[in-house]
Amino acid sequence: MERASRRKFLMRAGLAGCSLAASPLITPMSFASIPSDNRLVVIILRGAMDGLDVVQPYGDRAFSSLRKSLKFGDAGGAFDLDGYFSMHKGLASLIPLWRKGQLGFAHAVSTPYRNKRSHFDGQDLLEAGTGMNAPIGAQRDGWLNRMLQTMTGVEAQTAFAIGQEEMLITTGAAPVSNWSPDTHLNLTLQARRMLELVYHDDPLFGGSLDEAIMLAQALNPAAMLDDGETGDSKMMQTQMIASLKGGGHKRVAEFAANRLRAETRVATFSINGWDTHGGQRRALTRALGQLADTILILERDLGDIWGKTTVLAMTEFGRTVRENGTQGTDHGTGGAMVMAGGALKGGQVYGKWPGLGEGDLFQDRDLMPTGDVRAYAARAMQGLFGVDKSVLEQTVFPNLEIGTTPEIIL
Amino acid sequence: MTFDPQTAAIRFGTGLSPRIDPPTSVDQMLDTLRRPDDMARKFPVDRFADIQFTIDEIRRLNRTRRENKDSPIAKEAKQRIRLLKKSARRWQASWLNAALSRGAMTQDGFRERLVQFWGDHFTVVGKVSILRYTVSTYVEDAIRPHLSGTFADLLKAAVFHPMMLIYLDQVNSVGPNSRRAARRKGTGLNENLAREVLELHTLGVGANYTQSDVRSFAKLLAGVTYRGNESHEFAGFSAEPGPIKILGKSYRRGVAQLRDVEQFLEDLALHPDTAKHLARKLAVHFVSDAPDQGLVNAIAKTYLASGGDLTATYRAMLNHPAAWAMPDQKVKQPFDFIVSSLRALDVTPADMKRLNWKVMRAGIYAPLALMGQKWQSPTGPDGWPEAAGDWITPQALAARIQWAMTVPAIVKPDLPDPRKLVQTALAGRASGALAFAAKGAENRAEGVGIILAAPEFQRR
Repeated sequence: MERASRRKFLMRAGLAGCSLAASPLITPMSFASIPSDNRLVVIILRGAMDGLDVVQPYGDRAFSSLRKSLKFGDAGGAFDLDGYFSMHKGLASLIPLWRKGQLGFAHAVSTPYRNKRSHFDGQDLLEAGTGMNAPIGAQRDGWLNRMLQTMTGVEAQTAFAIGQEEMLITTGAAPVSNWSPDTHLNLTLQARRMLELVYHDDPLFGGSLDEAIMLAQALNPAAMLDDGETGDSKMMQTQMIASLKGGGHKRVAEFAANRLRAETRVATFSINGWDTHGGQRRALTRALGQLADTILILERDLGDIWGKTTVLAMTEFGRTVRENGTQGTDHGTGGAMVMAGGALKGGQVYGKWPGLGEGDLFQDRDLMPTGDVRAYAARAMQGLFGVDKSVLEQTVFPNLEIGTTPEIIL
Repeated sequence: MTFDPQTAAIRFGTGLSPRIDPPTSVDQMLDTLRRPDDMARKFPVDRFADIQFTIDEIRRLNRTRRENKDSPIAKEAKQRIRLLKKSARRWQASWLNAALSRGAMTQDGFRERLVQFWGDHFTVVGKVSILRYTVSTYVEDAIRPHLSGTFADLLKAAVFHPMMLIYLDQVNSVGPNSRRAARRKGTGLNENLAREVLELHTLGVGANYTQSDVRSFAKLLAGVTYRGNESHEFAGFSAEPGPIKILGKSYRRGVAQLRDVEQFLEDLALHPDTAKHLARKLAVHFVSDAPDQGLVNAIAKTYLASGGDLTATYRAMLNHPAAWAMPDQKVKQPFDFIVSSLRALDVTPADMKRLNWKVMRAGIYAPLALMGQKWQSPTGPDGWPEAAGDWITPQALAARIQWAMTVPAIVKPDLPDPRKLVQTALAGRASGALAFAAKGAENRAEGVGIILAAPEFQRR
């Protein structure tokens, strides 16, 4: 059997023996439109974010004895959210959003993954969304894709996976577009004409080139095609090497906003750098800075559409409640989820707090999960796109019980 | 259609070279495959045994870190681990360089293609620590030496390799009625390897087996493990006592031993569903995303009749007219695209040696990822997809075009004349439009780029 793939769309068009010209990528076709004008952005925080340091339970008396060098609350320059939790100073630029009710958190949440604490398996499970009833690795499509499969009017651009990272979350039979803003397509006008000529009789190549040129221009209309300096390969080489360097998260966010302003309704990408085994103070501040930049770029660039947007940032698992010997934390279980957007019922920390006292911890080391991160995602899909509860609990997240998980969408 | 040298080089090899002659016949292709492996000698890649010392060393250093928390000793150990991981990354780059060199300069392109094919069929991904960088050692040990013998031998070599045992969690699997389970709580079976062997490596997902076969096979496998020596071993302590019934036949009489597992794998190799599954995969990989059923049947039939002899199986594919049908149906995978480009550009060992770490990163690793084939990192044990539409997406095609326009000039500063390249790289395959474009490009880099990015070169 062929692997279900985020790129399956064109393949299906090709294999079904129908003309590729019938592909909406190549010939625009009219579909019933996806039944919503809302937007969902899912950010995978790879490396396991320390939820306890992001949303700090300073009101829990046990906390200070568990965290020695990792300062929190007033001592850590954190922002008091609600008299019990404080927010890490790395997210300080988001305080105005919190005040507007456009930033929120879910605490003590996790996927059903337990005991082994491997990034690789944990991320697979988070993105597959299927829980532990299927063996890890056997999960070959992702929950965002399964959601799209249940909707009508899904077109190539409805969902976008952005960046170089493979996104299992959008893998599957439904069409999903994919683009990394690190992709450069520097073509002189002459080269472009020549390529269009040699691709003319091969619709797979021709259609993909047209789309690629459109996407490259969407982000950077001026610089994409220059017909001044012809074939300056030195410049291109420099650019290629430069693309290995940082700052990529801003380009990703800008590109996501650009697509979401057009016909895209679902966008997903990852932010790395959360595996803070040592020197967590600096490392976490840096990673949170990237997350905050990303959210603020989305808010800025989406303009009016921000009001219809929900951003969910989730991670594979939390980190140990106790600090380790290198001013960091190790792989844990329960963690936190960051939510933002104008469509969010924010300004609060959702979830049932399990406590950090004697006997409260999972295996005497991790925050005890009291909620399933998938249930919050399900609430978002229900609220934004009207996906049926039964579809969410059976198809998108098999065997999930949404139960009393709060409704997080306005 | 029958054999022709250009199609043999392009479709079943690593492409045309301006210097190296294409194959002359099917017999010659298969004879070469049985001769000594020149490229492996010329561009060596380490074996798993060669890196075992480093794996042990990291394990020791980690123990030191745990036992001396917060001390200068721990700090030093950490620093040393960092350096070892850094060298492993560099080794991986040198092995990738060797893989590219082999494909670009070989007289035996079919062998290099089979290495890719079987390496993908038996996908291994390194998940932790330096194993992330050492997949090449697995391919060198388990895949490359077993290309032309029986499938059973290849299957056993791949399934028992430490990298596979670690990847599919076999190392932690313990028989529920084993002595070990009796002594230690919290141990149990892990079905991962058993499932993937049936689903991906042998019978195929649609075949007639049940969850209870998977579980029984996992019981039979329990005890096959790797404990930090150079290869696999059989720990009778963790083995499930027999007899164990799988697919209607009983295995393991008397004391548990590795031979029981080998016996089952040998039976699996000769199962008719395995023959069908492998025949289809070969035809899909080499010939067409939707292969001729007659071709698939012919391959499967020979496979079974020959007792799973791989050379005979390849011969059945190569002697079938559908294998030579035109036009080209397959799109080259990104790695193969880069290899065949380097070959068309006539790179030399000296050219390849000049590719330092920075160029490997910017010119090979990063582009491969953008083309959708991050080196040795498929998302799951099912390996890379095959269909043209999986590879030619806007993003991936842009990355191929950008590579074709820029990287050749870095690797080969004296680029060939595009008007010559269009002949040597494509023989008679170039369309009138491409011949025109090769002539009309504004400079060499662009002309070379257009030829390498053209469907005539991208397809095989």
